[in-house]
This record gives sequence, structure tokens and C-alpha cells, in this order.
Amino acid sequence: MGIEGVGARVARKEDRRFITGGGRYVDDMVVPGMKHAVFVRSPHAHAQIKKIDVKKAQAMPGVIGVLTGKELKADGIGNLICGWMIHSKDGTPMKMGAWSPLAVDKVRYVGDAVVIVVADTKGQARDAAEAVEITYKELKAVVDATKAIQPGAPQIHAEAENNLIFDWELGDGKATDAAIKSAAHVTRMKIVNNRLVPNAMEPRAALGHYDKAEDHYTCWTTSQNPHVARLVMSAFYNVAPENKLRVIAPDVGGGFGSKIYIYPEEIVCLWASKKTGVPVKWVADRTESFLSDAHGRDHVSTVEMAFDKDNRITGLKVDTIANLGAYMSLFSSCVPTYLYATLLSGQYNIPAIHANVRTVYTNTAPVDAYRGAGRPEATYVLERMMETAARELGMSPAELRRRNFITSFPHQTPVIMNYDAGDYNASLDAAMKAADYAGFTKRRSDAAKQGKLRGIGMSCYIEACGLAPSSAVGSLGAGVGLWESAEVRVNAVGTIEVLTGSHSHGQGHETTFAQLVTQRFGVPIDSVSIVHGDTDKVQMGMGTYGSRSGAVGMSAIVKALDKVEAKAKKIAAHLLEADEGDIVIENGEVKVAGTDKSLPWFQVALASYTAHNLPAGMEPGLKETAFYDPSNFTFPAGCYICEVEIDPETGLTEIVQFVAADDFGNIINPMIVEGQVHGGIAQGVGQALLEGAHYDDNGQLLTASYMDYTMPRADDLPSFTVSTSNTPCPGNPLGVKGCGEAGAIGSPPAVINAITDALGVVDIAMPASPATVWSAIRATKH
Amino acid sequence: MSDVSLMVNGKRVSGNVEDRTLLVHFLRENLGLTGTHVGCDTSQCGACVVQVDGRAVKSCTMLVAQASGSTIVTIEGLANGAELHPVQAAFKEHHGLQCGFCTPGMIMTATDMIARHPEGLDEATVRAELDGNICRCTGYHNIVKAILAASQAMAKGAKGRAKQAA
Repeated sequence: MGIEGVGARVARKEDRRFITGGGRYVDDMVVPGMKHAVFVRSPHAHAQIKKIDVKKAQAMPGVIGVLTGKELKADGIGNLICGWMIHSKDGTPMKMGAWSPLAVDKVRYVGDAVVIVVADTKGQARDAAEAVEITYKELKAVVDATKAIQPGAPQIHAEAENNLIFDWELGDGKATDAAIKSAAHVTRMKIVNNRLVPNAMEPRAALGHYDKAEDHYTCWTTSQNPHVARLVMSAFYNVAPENKLRVIAPDVGGGFGSKIYIYPEEIVCLWASKKTGVPVKWVADRTESFLSDAHGRDHVSTVEMAFDKDNRITGLKVDTIANLGAYMSLFSSCVPTYLYATLLSGQYNIPAIHANVRTVYTNTAPVDAYRGAGRPEATYVLERMMETAARELGMSPAELRRRNFITSFPHQTPVIMNYDAGDYNASLDAAMKAADYAGFTKRRSDAAKQGKLRGIGMSCYIEACGLAPSSAVGSLGAGVGLWESAEVRVNAVGTIEVLTGSHSHGQGHETTFAQLVTQRFGVPIDSVSIVHGDTDKVQMGMGTYGSRSGAVGMSAIVKALDKVEAKAKKIAAHLLEADEGDIVIENGEVKVAGTDKSLPWFQVALASYTAHNLPAGMEPGLKETAFYDPSNFTFPAGCYICEVEIDPETGLTEIVQFVAADDFGNIINPMIVEGQVHGGIAQGVGQALLEGAHYDDNGQLLTASYMDYTMPRADDLPSFTVSTSNTPCPGNPLGVKGCGEAGAIGSPPAVINAITDALGVVDIAMPASPATVWSAIRATKH
Repeated sequence: MSDVSLMVNGKRVSGNVEDRTLLVHFLRENLGLTGTHVGCDTSQCGACVVQVDGRAVKSCTMLVAQASGSTIVTIEGLANGAELHPVQAAFKEHHGLQCGFCTPGMIMTATDMIARHPEGLDEATVRAELDGNICRCTGYHNIVKAILAASQAMAKGAKGRAKQAA
């Protein structure tokens, strides 16, 4: 390892622009003639649109256009789609209701876009939006998925009877039922995973520019995957053919899943630009983000876990109802199915598993992947069950887990996944040691003397990352392949550009990816640039989500580097009159091993471009492309331990320590990996203690601002104790597994296990706010 | 409409703006200083913090007309040419940022916090004082570390200068 190579804590190359105010986000973009858009959104959760009158608005100062869904439809713009087909267990395809980018006949959630207003200034657009007159006929709304599938509930889409989108299953129902029937002990729980709003700090934004002379569109958008945005907008929404549509995702201020999807606004801004003849920019308010960004989680599960007389798990039965909101977002269907039920074996040997999942329409914002996507829900189910079972069985939570750990690999679970490597005892040991688990009893009694309730909880998570082998996901219904591309472009002077289909919105790719190149050729990291986020620069790519940019994106770079290295060696061998097999590249030099013959790296690059003296038949240039399609998921895993102290007078929970021991396989930049874990834990602790999206019975979002939705702040959290162990992933060339989501996956059950331990209760609802905890304490006293 | 005149990052600027124009919008749209960000509509997130007459202010809470006559420093004006301000340097060194969106506000808040605590800072104080700045990426762990390090570095720097002067 050099100081800038693989494994080094290299400070980030991208930081300088962000710390000096030089970041370039969509809202910072200015195009000559650009005007501003505001969307008129439904104030009702469920209503028929009777009439839209735009005359008054059109006459307001500065107004350029006031456009409706009817005009959008007339121009042939298509409906939004869900790109992952799931079939119900009876073989019928999922029941997808139509989602028009601007609602035409009916609105289905508060925030549903109905009209776009374009004006000279944002203020004028806002004033005119208020003058748009829409007559609605209100309908009864339903926001709770368990109620929406009851007979007589309001019908949201004609296509989905009783609001049921699909009723899907995975695993062996008969074997699981038999295991439960013959069990020595069965733990049963109802487990609720609360609805969250992702809340990337940069609100979503889009700038659509139609160039009439070229008949060409450019879209700047806050996207985690600009190429997928272009593909979908071209193939399904009929905005423009791909060669006439450029999508740019510049600096993006966090995503956490919410910026994977193609939303109505970017489609409408592009269309409105053509319609009005001006570039159209829209930037969401925070409240607009709360209303219209895809939310996360919102599962209700009934779970049974069977044990034999030796406390070994014999079966797991899970029945889940998942709220998908008012429309099916782009990847909504795969989250509560293939990203959830396939992880229900956790770190444990479970011979029989059966999961049944019903997905449901409600009059709420669409629900899709949010950091972890299905895997936090699976982990929460399993790790709450393990904790409760340990208490019921009178066994220590650590010992019950150890007894059931998978210890040999590869391991085929009953729910599709084949785990390739791991050492779950190692991360449990590391976490218990770091947390001084043995000293907890004393800390608890010390706290009790101060009148405080102390509790400790653990969570042993596993996730499947590196999404994913294309043929595998294709066979499961995905509409896309999940490979990644890379192009390594060595310039004539030896500097290097790497073009990647991954997208960085905080993950530090510009540094980590450059470390791979530095490691390979020994060139200074400053001579390497990472290019991403522009469909005109980078060939097709699949973007960043599912902790895939390391395992898949970097693997593609490695493949392209292999090709560049091979060609550079051929050129060097020719120039140095040596055998190709004797050439080595190190420290920026290309050498003949065991001799003093060498060339500086730049001379090989220059030779490839002057092409004066290349091996016979060789093409000039030094630029190679690779596509990498993973052979399996990767399986990061770890153990998190949370210790809390609760003030029984106020119900306030303080996290006194939080320990994370993760196995991410090999690590390229430990500093960046730790940062990912910190951020993930904060989101998971947020879910457990603070955050929750609440709709009232009429479908009004009660938590639609930072005054109402409790974001984790600095004084809600401790500093975290993080460490890693390493079983390299055998499935990819770097042995990496992925680290982006682990924190958010592993932490919520650790926190709730700690709180229920402190209070001596079986369960407590997330978020365990002071009011909830205080009420639970009162309930145990009476 | 209002006529406004301010000193921003050492330069005299003026404009004729709608009365409702917020300081943040004036900075971003009239002056093109897009380092100051808007992350919410309720003055909660702190992405828009700038210095107004030496104090950290959420520039979304102030009309530019109110700020007329004031001296403003934004994130763009913090470094001394190519030399980063110690808080900026500490954020980079300690990985105190990921997506970068909250970062300008965090840094402007931190410079103010350090200035108001010449006696030095501890973790609890830093966390309490960051209450008005939301970050979704870092879990605050490295932001806190960066601010503590910057505070120490600046105290050392001040001592060094005092010694030199003596």
C-alpha cells in the first residue's frame, strides 16, 4: 500500500470545491433564458378533478405558461412505470395503476402534481400557482395499508381490486408450518417498521432545456443514476429518443435511494421547455420534498419463529403487508420482495422459511427504496425476534445468536441467497469487546443508583449488496441489467481519466476510484480524474444504489485497468526490446524486471498516441472500456451494540454508546468507509428514536417540515465506536463487499433491543420518542 | 422594490430587488454566490448560514433589505486566496463532509462557534451548538471531530501569533 493506493486513508480529492463553496448542484445551474417552474399540487389525498381553470394564472405578471396533464397526454408523454415485474402466487402479474406525470382525472395523494406554472421568477410562478383554480370532488382516503385491503376501503386504482397490488410468497410454506407445529418453543410478534422520509439535504431539482435548432433536450437533475433516467424517459415516457436526450447529474446533495427514481417533475420540465420555448428550472421546497419524494419502509409483519429443545431455529414464518403509497415508484415492487424476503435467514441456519408479502396502494406518497431498502426491514424482523426469543428462552442474546450462526461457506439459504463468505462470531466478539459487554451489569446498577434505566441491545445483520447478477435479477422480474461500465482513458501525457457509470453523491468516488489507478500504475493521485454523471461523457451505466459502486463499479474499473495495463506492457516491451512477460509497472515507471531498463509512464502513453513505433498491427491510443457483471451478490455483515440510558421522569433516551463491528471485505479507503458507517448509523438511530412520517386519517401529511419531522441532530447522537474485520469477498476482483447501507440496516433493532431491555417490555414502537417511552414506563407501573 | 447595498466578501455590491427578496436569494441569484445553500423552508437546516457583521446568521431568515449596509462573509470568502481557513482544512482532513450540501453552513457555523469560545470547545458544547445545522450524511461524528481540531489549531495559531508579537 502506498500513501495514495489501496487501503490508504486518502483525504478526498472532491472536498476542495465543497468546502470553498464551489460545488455545482442543479439549483446552481444557470442557462441563458432560463425561467422558473412551480407545481400546483393536490391538497387532497383522494379526489376527482372536476375542472382546471388556468385563465387567471395565465394573466399574472411574468407568467410564460400554465400547463395541464391533458396537454401533456395530448403530446404523447407516457405514464410513469414500475420497472420490476412481480407475479402474485396465483401467477397473475402485479396490478399497476396508471401514474400520469400530471394528474388528469384523479389525484391520489396530497402532493400529486396537477399543473405546472412557468414564469420569469420563482416568486411570480408561485403567485400564479396560487391563482390556478382546480375544482375537486373529494373522495374518502385510506393511508394505512392494513385498512386499505379491507373490504369496503376506498378504491384507489381501478386496476387493483381492494388496493392489493400483489400477494407474493417465497420459501417453503409446508415445511415451515410443520416446523412451527413440532417446535419446542415458538416466539410470536407483530413487528411494525415505521415510514420514513429520506431527506437528502439537497432537495430534488430539475432543469429542462429544449434546443429547438437541434431538436435536442438536456436535463440537469438530482439523480443517482442519470443513464437509467435517460433510458426510462426515452423508452417509457416518450420525452425524446436517447440520442436526443442528454441527462446530467452534477454534484448531488445526497440520495439515500430517493434520487434513484424518475419522478414526474423532470419529465414535465423537459416537456414544458419545449412547450414554452424557454429552459425551465424547478427546485423543490423542503415541504414539497416531504410530500413528493418517495418514502421508505412502512411494513407491518406478523412473525413466528420456531425453536427445537436445544434452542436451534427450525423455522421462520413471516406475513408482511407493505404500503407502496399512491403509485408504484420505479423499483417499489422489488423492495419488499427480493430485497427483503431473501434476507430473512440473516446470519442464521434456518432450515425452513416462508414469507408472504402483500403490497398495497394507499393515499400516501409513493414508497420505494430508502437506504438499505428491504434489508433493514428484514433485519428488524429477525433481530427483534432473536432478542425476544432469547428473553423467552432465558438465554443470553449473544449465546442464542452464536448457537444459530452459519459457520461454513458457501451457505445456501432457503430463500434464494447463497452466502459466499463471512465470520459472524468474529464481528460479534469484536463488538462485545469494544462495548465492554461484560461490564454492563455494573453500569446498569450504577445508573439505577442515579435513577436512570440502562439497557443494552445487539443486532447481527447481513445484507446483500453489489446489485446484482443481471441474468439473476432478470429472471426475478427486473427490467434492467445490473452490471456496471468503466472506461480508462490514458492521455498522451500520461494523466488518466476514468469514466464510470457509477454516480457519486457523497460517497467519495473521485478519491476511492482514483486510488485504484494510483495503486495500479504508481502515478500520483492528482493525475487521475474520475468522470461521472453525464450521459454525453460516460457510456451507459447503471448508477449508484444498493452499495454497488465498490463491488460492481470498481470491478469494472479493474477490468478496464487490466486491459490498459496489458496494452501498455506490449508497447513497453516493444520499445525496450524485452519480453512482454518481463515488464512491470510501478511507481510511475514501466520497467524490465531485473534490469535497469525502464521508461517513464508518460512516455508509454505518448508512444501510444504518436504511434510512430508500435508493435505491428497494434491500434494507436491507450483507452479501454469494460463492462462488469457480478457473479453473485456480496454479503456484508456485522454486529452492532447499542447501550442506552433512559430518564424515567421524561422518557428521554440517551445513547451512551454505539458500537459497530462490520465485515465489508477488503477496504480501499478506511476513512471513507467509516464515514459511510457513521452516516448509516445516524439514519438508523433516527428511525429508532426520532423519525416517522405520519398521515392523518384524511391523508394529510402531519410531518411535512423540519419543525414536525425529527431529523437526527448532533446533540441526539454520540460519537460512534466502529471497527472492521475482513473475510474478503471471493466473487469480485477486489474482494470488496459494500458499506453504504450497513449502518442503517443494523442499527434500528440494536436501539430498540436496548430500550426494551432497559424498560423490561417486549416491544416499543419506533420512533421511541420521549412521549412513547414515558407512556411505556407508566404502563409498566400500572 | 428596494435598493440595497452591502459589502460581500470584501466587495461593495448593490442591487434593486423585490422587497420580499431574502438575503440567501440575493447572494445566490444576484451575486452568483451559490455556495450558500437552501435546504429547507423553515430556517431549521442551516445550509444557508453566512456571517453578517461577524455573526453567524441563517440567510433565509433575513430580507436582503434588512442586511443592507452590513458586511457579509460567505463560504466563498472564507479562504485566504489559495490558503484554506483552518475550519475548511479541518473538515477536509477529518472527512467532515460527504455530499457537501450542508457543508458551507456547517463551516460558517463552526467559525462563529470557535470565535465565541476562545476558552476552547468540548464535544458536548460542539454538539449542542450544532443544533441548528442538519447533516444527513456524516452522522456528525467527523464534523464534531473537525470542529474540535480546528478550534485547537486556531488556539495554537493565536498563541503563536501572540508570542511573535511579544
